[in-house]
Amino acid sequence: MQLGFFNFKTTNLIGFLQYYPLQSILSRNGNYMKKILGISAFYHDSAAALTIGDDIVAAAQEERFTRDKHTPDFPTNAIKYCLEEAGLEIDELDAIVFYDKPLLKFERLLQTYYSFSPKGLLSFLKAIPVWVKEKMFLKKLIYDGLKEVGEYDKKQVKLLFPEHHLSHAASSFFPSPHDTAAILTVDGVGEWCTATIGLGEGNKIKVLKELEFPHSIGLLYTSFTYYLGFTVNSGEYKLMGLAPYGNPESEETFRFVELIKGNIVDIKEDGSIWLNQSYFTYATGLKMTNNKKWAELLGFERREAEADIEQYHCNLALAIQIVTEEVVLKMAREAKRITGSDNLCMAGGVALNCVANGKLIRENIFKNVYIQPAAGDAGGALGAALAANYIYYGAERKVQSPNDNMKGSYLGPSYSGKEIELMNRKVKAVCTKYEDYTQLTKEVANRLEEGLIIGWFQGRMEFGPRALGNRSIIADARNLEMQKKINLKIKYREGFRPFAPSVLAEDASDYFELDQPSPYMLTVSPIAEKRKVKLPDNYYDLSMWERLYTTRSDIQSITHLDFSARVQTVHRETNPRYWELINTFKEKTNYGLVINTSFNVRGEPIVCTPHDAYRCFMSTDMDYLVIDDFVYSKTEQPDWENKDKWLVKFKMD
Amino acid sequence: MEALKDLWNFIRKRKAYWLAPIILILVLIGVLLVFGGTGALAPFIYTLF
Repeated sequence: MQLGFFNFKTTNLIGFLQYYPLQSILSRNGNYMKKILGISAFYHDSAAALTIGDDIVAAAQEERFTRDKHTPDFPTNAIKYCLEEAGLEIDELDAIVFYDKPLLKFERLLQTYYSFSPKGLLSFLKAIPVWVKEKMFLKKLIYDGLKEVGEYDKKQVKLLFPEHHLSHAASSFFPSPHDTAAILTVDGVGEWCTATIGLGEGNKIKVLKELEFPHSIGLLYTSFTYYLGFTVNSGEYKLMGLAPYGNPESEETFRFVELIKGNIVDIKEDGSIWLNQSYFTYATGLKMTNNKKWAELLGFERREAEADIEQYHCNLALAIQIVTEEVVLKMAREAKRITGSDNLCMAGGVALNCVANGKLIRENIFKNVYIQPAAGDAGGALGAALAANYIYYGAERKVQSPNDNMKGSYLGPSYSGKEIELMNRKVKAVCTKYEDYTQLTKEVANRLEEGLIIGWFQGRMEFGPRALGNRSIIADARNLEMQKKINLKIKYREGFRPFAPSVLAEDASDYFELDQPSPYMLTVSPIAEKRKVKLPDNYYDLSMWERLYTTRSDIQSITHLDFSARVQTVHRETNPRYWELINTFKEKTNYGLVINTSFNVRGEPIVCTPHDAYRCFMSTDMDYLVIDDFVYSKTEQPDWENKDKWLVKFKMD
Repeated sequence: MEALKDLWNFIRKRKAYWLAPIILILVLIGVLLVFGGTGALAPFIYTLF
């Protein structure tokens, strides 16, 4: 294996315009609160966010409106919603900020093709026309997209372009409750950067070190996602969920770790990595991996999508999880070493690896770890807006300690009683309206205890990939059958996939080894010792399905195979209605937690409108639906057994 | 024109002059393809190739 010393490089920020020099980003004082629209688009997870001064007024992903998961389209609907929420027109905005620098990305593309030539000709011929026709003229694309949103005067629009990883860094640091913090951003790739370490102080962010393409821990993880038969850019969660099925004591798992570290990736002490490009084709090809070389190394062919999952697939998933954690921890230690800060803020797609996050928190490298709930590219829209507000315009930043500035990530649209009633009329829904919320929670708690599954829709939609109690499917976590039932009959997804709990923040330590709040479901924690049930001696000799259905704890449905859970702590201050529901369930059952999974089926974006929720409810075996104060029982709905009538086919992810 | 100005400024600030001829050729091919498709320039392109 060819090993070159590849360290984190010293960074060179290049400002906010597509070509601006460093000096131009020096702060300039504004006299009033800037109204700024952030946009991410054209790659995946398009989104828009609107800020007025410190206030994050609205943020939403375009997929929720167009019902096309991870859509790369210009976020016309999301922008319309953000402007409506703020009561603004395009002309009233101080700036519109795109979340990365397209020309810098184009430079990377050309330089990469040049370096690898003559390899990659096919990919070059496919990619370049798109760039020459569209992406090189991104300003025009944005202007045209804005025309779809509404009338505006082009001369009034100020377009800014912060770097991709600066947008990530800003999305995490600026809303965080910290005045100073180390910032770690890790993802697949932005323009050139794949990871950065920075320091946030007040209203400034200084990027100190960066790792450049093609060496990327995000792309390494995605390559394994691809090799194990899951979809690139969306199946990473499945890989993470599969890892606990791997046997941590098996020789095969150790062998895989050694093979990965000895051949594919070289991990340096500062957390930077060097990827042996002979194992990859993503730099120049249309696929992620050199499958022939991987098969020779690992001893098995790439798994086809939907093919059976064997134990060696699980062990490989565990091996790459172990390697990823090692890299993230080393990067965090390097961030601590060069910043000396007690706080860490994280963003970028890799920051959605909740298992690595849990390990990072338990390592106690930092006193406080804050992770942006929309850590992926959608969050870049918010980061871009915040970066413009604080760094470009130099706005003063007021830290909201101890709480962050994300409003629980409930930044999307909500719907009035009138709108819900109109939907009821349109679909001829039968429902009961509860004037007294306490009565409603009692009714729902009763149904949960009976083992029924509830679609729970209320208030503003969440921003980011997680449903946090406003667009959720909920059920009783104690029920032994629930994991199987929800996967197969409600979500129509792979049976191995785990479920996460929503737990009252006050009671979290009663169920989990967790000493920090986890309001955004971004941390995996072990189940408390007292909850565990002794496993049979031959546990690891059982098949993965037998192990899955072996009782592991008294909260079985949210206990993953390795006795872990991806916890959401529910706080009365940020979501009082959801808190009260779980508290009512606790009064009845003595258990202050429920299963919380996103309100959608496989391949579908999380529901946005009451109609999306009703349609999803009717097309699955969900028993009850709650939309704000309205409760719908499945068996009371007209023609309720005819699920096909409501079924919409979504692209499998 | 704004896009070309941005491109030139980008190349200058990044001192990535090696990009200029590549981009120029790509843009020229792009222009030929776009206009070639519309028919107005098509006769000239046929004689070129």
